[in-house]
Amino acid sequence: MLSPDPVKSNTSLYAKREPVYPKAVDGPYRRFKWAVMILTLGIYYITPWLRWDRGPHAPDQAVLIDLAHRRFFMFGIEIWPHEFYFVAGLLIMAGIGLFLITSAVGRAWCGYACPQTVWTDLFQHVDRFVDGDRNAQMRLDAAPWSANKVFKRGLKWSIYLAISFWTGGAWIMYFADAPTLTVDFWTGQAAPVAYATVGVLTLTTFVLGGFMREQVCVYMCPWPRIQTAMLDEKSLIVTYKDWRGEPRGSIKKAEKNPGAVGDCIDCNGCVNVCPTGYDIRNGPDIKCITCALCIDECDKVMKAIGRPRGLIDYATLEDCEAERKGEAPRPITKALFHTRTLVYTGIWAAIGFALLFALGTRERIDIKVQKDRNPPYTVQSSGEIRNDYTVKLLNMQARPRDMQVRLEGLPGGKFWTNDIPRTQAARELTVKVPADRVEPLRVYVVAPDGTAAQGFLFQLKALDEEGGEAKAEVKFDSPVEAEEQTQ
Amino acid sequence: MANKRIDEPTGIETVGHEWDGIEELNNPLPRWWVWTTYMTIIFSIGYMIVYPALPMLKSGTEGLWGWSSRGQLAEEMKAGAALRKEASDAIAATPLEALIKDEKLMPLAIAGGAAAFKQNCVQCHGSGAAGSEGYPNLKDEDWLWGGTITDIHTTLEHGIRASDYPQTRTSLMPSFGKDGILTPAQVSDTTAYVLSLSGKHPNDAAAQRGAASFAANCVACHGADGKGLRQFGAPNLTDAVWLYGGTPDKVSASIHKAHAGVMPGWSKKLDAVTIKMLAAYVYSLGGGEESAAAPTTPASGTGNAKP
Repeated sequence: MLSPDPVKSNTSLYAKREPVYPKAVDGPYRRFKWAVMILTLGIYYITPWLRWDRGPHAPDQAVLIDLAHRRFFMFGIEIWPHEFYFVAGLLIMAGIGLFLITSAVGRAWCGYACPQTVWTDLFQHVDRFVDGDRNAQMRLDAAPWSANKVFKRGLKWSIYLAISFWTGGAWIMYFADAPTLTVDFWTGQAAPVAYATVGVLTLTTFVLGGFMREQVCVYMCPWPRIQTAMLDEKSLIVTYKDWRGEPRGSIKKAEKNPGAVGDCIDCNGCVNVCPTGYDIRNGPDIKCITCALCIDECDKVMKAIGRPRGLIDYATLEDCEAERKGEAPRPITKALFHTRTLVYTGIWAAIGFALLFALGTRERIDIKVQKDRNPPYTVQSSGEIRNDYTVKLLNMQARPRDMQVRLEGLPGGKFWTNDIPRTQAARELTVKVPADRVEPLRVYVVAPDGTAAQGFLFQLKALDEEGGEAKAEVKFDSPVEAEEQTQ
Repeated sequence: MANKRIDEPTGIETVGHEWDGIEELNNPLPRWWVWTTYMTIIFSIGYMIVYPALPMLKSGTEGLWGWSSRGQLAEEMKAGAALRKEASDAIAATPLEALIKDEKLMPLAIAGGAAAFKQNCVQCHGSGAAGSEGYPNLKDEDWLWGGTITDIHTTLEHGIRASDYPQTRTSLMPSFGKDGILTPAQVSDTTAYVLSLSGKHPNDAAAQRGAASFAANCVACHGADGKGLRQFGAPNLTDAVWLYGGTPDKVSASIHKAHAGVMPGWSKKLDAVTIKMLAAYVYSLGGGEESAAAPTTPASGTGNAKP
């Protein structure tokens, strides 16, 4: 055993967190990370404020999850609850997209776009803004409490809190008209759930981004564990090329004895800039979120001492093996396009096209019919047999539409509603359905005496230029069949 | 039992049992757990003081806050009534004929009526309001006493043959056979005639003999054409709806010994708004009649068949 048995030696199994003070770094990957951060935060904070004109009958917020009215608006697309499979499809695409990204470029999601990464990064910038860079942060942390330290901690945590509050506040804007909700929120008129949501999200952002940081990735998040199962020797990861770097030695040593030491001068730059405090030279690990900041730092050092870049670099394990043997490095496109990425792309695109197809061909009208079962039928004084139905006409467009309801089948059958008297019963009826609404109708269908139980159709047709049809098959109950059965 | 010993590596005492060489350390409960237990004990003492808790000989302790589940229910009912106050005030202030045309109030009245119906009416009329033999079907357009909302409302208020309501509606059909007004043969002939009115019996000799006794005994209430008269609550005998059954046996039995169904009045039991809402609900079931057009509408003749 390498270490003494913790049970026998009576030592604690609990490992305290090693604080991480990542050093500021600049380079292409850092700049890419900045761009992703600005893009993702921009999308998150600004999206609810985008407007989209849908006419007088629907909200003008571009992206709106209207839970109260059960509508989901996304720019030109409006989704009703029964069309929720679009959202499910998007979620499946997001999941497969994550698999695709992982199999092509490794943990890029973790390194650049995951909210935990983005907000942690943001908060680490706040640390540097208030406390200074790595060394200043370490000094301040170790220093006893003084007025300066209290001030700096107060300032830093206030900024954390402000960002967290803004984050929680932006979330609720997706669920109601943003300008109205903002006014309601500050005048105390918003729904209690709005305040609770903001409170919870403020707290989670403050704690997860401000204090827990890389522990979320290492201990809480299931995704790194799933990813370790998804990565193989063909996946791009951030790797330290040990055959080139080892054994480590200072520049002086190298001057004295060229050939005995590798390229790594053991400056610890890669560890100092790592947002999770990991030493990539120990090999791939769950702690490495592949943000590539160590590549930026190492390249900078290599350039300064006149050695070739890429001691730490994006590479697949297969490529590393080849390079170790002295073979020429493969182009990066080979790492991107292999069977697995192509299969994922295929599945991802197939679902995407299926959704697009469904979106393009979906009807914006529908009819749902529920039959009264108690009683199944009523005999009229004339001997006619009456069945009652609740018919719902769905107008999924943001404008009022004329629709025609028609009986198909049921010879001699006709119907009336609460709006037209039974003396005017007919086989078809034109209804004006209000914009973006489900219009319920009580429909009383009568058929001549002696009509046997049978099925028939309610046909719905939109009468405007756009058109559209829908139908619902229902049952007509009658005593005729019942008598035949009992005899 | 007494095999307690200090476990060497941990320095903790064992519980003293041993199963196939496996021993258990007697670790103390976590502190937060113990403290939570103490807190719940303290809480329970306070709880017993302010809420009803301890059983006594007759009742129980009432608790300082005076809470009771019955009291809570009463408060919730009051709060519910307060929520509905606006709607029920509006319904109370709206005349019946205006109510059925009010697009906002009518759905509320129907919903309220449906709830009251389930509580008070389903026992006889059935949960689907389709009635059964002897209990009128409220969904059809055949009405003994009229199907306008005002007619329905009047029936609801005062009932049918409700002895404790002076304004109750009563119809009197004699028991022709039982009281010896008609001979059994005449009852049989009258049955044939009555059934022939709705085409259920051929217009044969028996029916023609029955026509004479019908003219002598029945037309006063059921009318010369047998279509009934609503002011007497006399059912239409020419239609397809038979309250007490339309087979020869049943019609004959009804002539022999008359039925006298009873519906309680409700104005002494339910408040005015509830009765109004019930009327709106029954009216909305598919057979309601518009007041002016009612008598001329052929489909809405008269009377549930009640020979």
